[in-house]
Amino acid sequence: MPAIKIQNLVKRYSEVTAVDGVSLEIPDGEVFGLLGPNGAGKTTLISMLATLVKPTSGTALVAGRDIRTESLEVRRNIGIVFQEPSVDDLLTGRENLYLHSMLYGVPRREIRPKIETMLGLVNLADRADSLVKTYSGGMRRRLEIARGLIHGPKILFLDEPTLGLDPASRKAVWTHIRELKETHNTTIILTTHYMEEADSLADRIAIINKGKIIELDTPAALKKKVGQDLVFLKGDINEAAVRALPFVDSVQRGDGRFTISMENAGANLQALLNAGGRIEEVEVRRVTLDDVFLKFAGQQISEDAEEHSESIFERIAVNKTQGK
Amino acid sequence: MINLNAVYALLLREVKIFFREKERIVSMLISPLLFLFVMGEGLAGGHSPVPGYTYQQFIFPGIMAMVILFTSITYGLYIIWDKRLDFLKEVLAAPISRSTLFVGKSLGGMLGAMIEILMLLTIGAIFILPLNVWKALLCLAAALPMSYLVTNMGLTIGARMKSMEGFGLVMSFLTWPLFFFSGALFDLATSARYIQVLSLLNPVTYSVDLLRIIMLGQGAFTVWADLGAIAVFCLATTILGVSAFGDLQQEK
Repeated sequence: MPAIKIQNLVKRYSEVTAVDGVSLEIPDGEVFGLLGPNGAGKTTLISMLATLVKPTSGTALVAGRDIRTESLEVRRNIGIVFQEPSVDDLLTGRENLYLHSMLYGVPRREIRPKIETMLGLVNLADRADSLVKTYSGGMRRRLEIARGLIHGPKILFLDEPTLGLDPASRKAVWTHIRELKETHNTTIILTTHYMEEADSLADRIAIINKGKIIELDTPAALKKKVGQDLVFLKGDINEAAVRALPFVDSVQRGDGRFTISMENAGANLQALLNAGGRIEEVEVRRVTLDDVFLKFAGQQISEDAEEHSESIFERIAVNKTQGK
Repeated sequence: MINLNAVYALLLREVKIFFREKERIVSMLISPLLFLFVMGEGLAGGHSPVPGYTYQQFIFPGIMAMVILFTSITYGLYIIWDKRLDFLKEVLAAPISRSTLFVGKSLGGMLGAMIEILMLLTIGAIFILPLNVWKALLCLAAALPMSYLVTNMGLTIGARMKSMEGFGLVMSFLTWPLFFFSGALFDLATSARYIQVLSLLNPVTYSVDLLRIIMLGQGAFTVWADLGAIAVFCLATTILGVSAFGDLQQEK
């Protein structure tokens, strides 16, 4: 039985279709990355799987339970770390973890030792008894992660788990996610718009844009679809000669330079430069998921992110205030 | 269906927050005390419908109902804040039924109202109407179902409302009318016909009357009529509240 089986899930808001017919299977113990710009539908998809938002149509089985009819059973099996902070400001860190454990039915005698373990894990032991409103953004984030993990869920949803974290905390969270997968066989669904994060953690990645999954594969396979290495050339380039080289996959022109996707740049770069013509500037790098997203979604994640997220939510907000 | 551990956890949160926001406890008492001491004193020569008591003593049970009404409805409406600030998401995602969440919230509202009532009873017993322990306990017992049903009203509206802007509207169009059409400040038996009719539909009327019977020994209705009406309103608001909570979804 797969941990999650999504069947043609749709969520439509007044004007925007946030999730547009997603079907997907995620096996037990997989770390699954949902990658896309803000507003692509990642959070809505996760909210539906966590039974927080009702789908417009379609359904999904989470831990074998239907999200439409068995929401309580679904919630017993999942943990969720939200994108926006939802820890209680007026309580201390320890109190937040205690209340969460009670709500999730952790046996009473296990609660205290578990809280200590989690506090140590996210490095908050010394501030555990301060009110959360005195915490920094990174500390709240870490508390939130501790809370999502404390009841040992079989399936864990992490919505942008490292957003706003400093590099050291981010690495600590990554390490912990890997440990969860290895020691507990936890199925983890992770949304992110950091390519590096998806690349280093996920077994498979779905690229999602405008509510649709546009590509689904392992990070390595996705990168392969774009080519292994990218070479950027500026100057008076002999395009036809470059295209004719056997190791070149594709040549694109834009931004005043040529982007050449090729195999094994280390061995073949010399030949490329010899054939290329009068070259002024050369840049060589490995393909990243950024390039993958650019190829499949036709846009870059970073430059689109802010504008896109605003447009969807503001349009909803405007509609609501106008009473539509 | 009701998960007691979860109810305990929800209640524990409310208790902690209540005592951490002490200004809220005090501010809830300000307008009732103004009514009691300024209006009650100003109209001291006014006619008291219950023989042997002053006008100020006559409105004291009404002011107590006012405290319950305002504390409980504000508490219930606070769930809009919870929704907007995302604190509610954590609870909505938890494996507890909406009925459990509803019970936890209702009990939280009742607890808040009890704390306010204790303070008001103490002030009242000292300055206005001497009460023995037995009567004070009866008042608290009578306050419980009223704060329950009013909290439910607040929660029901709060669960269906989208933004805090509606808060003022509810206070103007619901809370104040509930207070004025309850006989808290005057005798219903001698008031205008339309006031009598509207008051009969108001759950607060029966709570005021019950408190008045306990404190002054005389009310407009019988104890059983009051208890019966309160029971009906408790049941109705429970049904409305549980169904509103069943529809509760994450915002956005």
